[in-house]
Amino acid sequence: MSFQDRFYLNFIKDDRWLYLLDGLKVTLLITLFATLLGIVIGFLVAIIRSTYDRTGKFKIANAVCQLYLTVIRGTPVMVQLLIIYYVIFGSVDINKVIVAVLAFGINSGAYVAEICRAGIMSIDIGQLEAGRSIGFSYAQTMWYIILPQAFKNVLPSLGNEFIVLLKETSVAGYIALQDLTKGGDIIRSRTYDAFFPLLAVAVIYLVMVLGFTKLISILERRLRQSER
Amino acid sequence: MNDNVLIRAEGVCKSFSEKAVLKGIDLEICKGEVVVIIGPSGSGKSTFLRCMNLLEVPTGGHIYFNDVDITDKKINIDVHRQKMGMVFQHFNLFPHMDILRNMTIGPEKLLKKSPEEAKAKAMELLERVGLADRAHAYPNQLSGGQKQRIAIVRALCMEPEVMLFDEPTSALDPEMVGEVLQVMKDLAKEDMTMVVVTHEMGFAKEVADRVVFLEDGILMEQNNPEEFFGNPKSDRLKSFLGKVL
Repeated sequence: MSFQDRFYLNFIKDDRWLYLLDGLKVTLLITLFATLLGIVIGFLVAIIRSTYDRTGKFKIANAVCQLYLTVIRGTPVMVQLLIIYYVIFGSVDINKVIVAVLAFGINSGAYVAEICRAGIMSIDIGQLEAGRSIGFSYAQTMWYIILPQAFKNVLPSLGNEFIVLLKETSVAGYIALQDLTKGGDIIRSRTYDAFFPLLAVAVIYLVMVLGFTKLISILERRLRQSER
Repeated sequence: MNDNVLIRAEGVCKSFSEKAVLKGIDLEICKGEVVVIIGPSGSGKSTFLRCMNLLEVPTGGHIYFNDVDITDKKINIDVHRQKMGMVFQHFNLFPHMDILRNMTIGPEKLLKKSPEEAKAKAMELLERVGLADRAHAYPNQLSGGQKQRIAIVRALCMEPEVMLFDEPTSALDPEMVGEVLQVMKDLAKEDMTMVVVTHEMGFAKEVADRVVFLEDGILMEQNNPEEFFGNPKSDRLKSFLGKVL
């Protein structure tokens, strides 16, 4: 079979390219909301943990966070996804996209938390003292003074985490969710041609990662401008 | 008691895990007074200063500010800190904000001043320390002396009743010490209440109303500068002055 014929068979015939497009939409949807969820969880956990590290407050909350970090970072994301789908929501009829967002968001939160905690702890204690000495509360000092600086410092790592998450969502097919990877796999099962669909999937991931990397470096440069 | 007293420390103790740094210090600071605290390093003078606005929480004793016991756990310390400006050895300007924002964020968020009002006040203060042209610079673009002058006026923007200085010139290159001390002298002339921890004996002699000598967590001696430097009572102070003068 010629190159053109294989291309036609894999992508054009029966509108098979739609598997890839619909899969891409699902992948982006999961990644976007899981990232947001991960950042919210991550920042909360990071604030609780760094506050505990510095002041000794939030003892119980800190223990809960520790447990969360240990469990999430100690088990594979795919196992977590399967547990959330088959165990936690086992007897409930729930949209699989929501399940995936929850699983990947909760998973990502653990990594974001440690990134953000490192970012917060990297800010000189003098900044906290200066904020407090002006009369800001601990929360205000965090919000106006510590977090903006910490965020700038952790942006490269957060970007990296986002890229990891984007690629990790490729296991969503295990709960029969038709994401990008699953889309390519479905084409393969129809056409018995592995090369074209899987290569197409890989290229799409690569292009997205390159795009985000570029985006983050632009954002980073813009944030750094204020420092000189 | 004397209603001229602004800060009263009563038996202030501070220990860091077993190690006692302050061993019961009593000190009264009156309105408009300039008190300079000196002592060898490790004597607890910075810790004592930081206890005054509770950056360090004393493990014993009380601090009264305007007759309010701020060591009482029930009071909201943030409100009282607004009235106590603090200047640090390492400036601690906010690097992600320009100079003007460094100065206006406190008044805007805490004193609920309008941005225009806060800016006008900040510009007036910048004018006074000769840095009005740097209003939109970022801290990293300034020299140490400039940073410290900004740190002083940032604290003044909150219109404090007392200014606490924690070794304000110790991290500066020698040629920049003068410009910072000049700002502090001007401030003293305007009857600002000041508590200064410093190694600048010249400043103590010239500006202080009272000099306090701390050693090993104990207030050893206090007096007006003439007596303090001219006629020290304790042997400890004599030997300390012998080394530093």
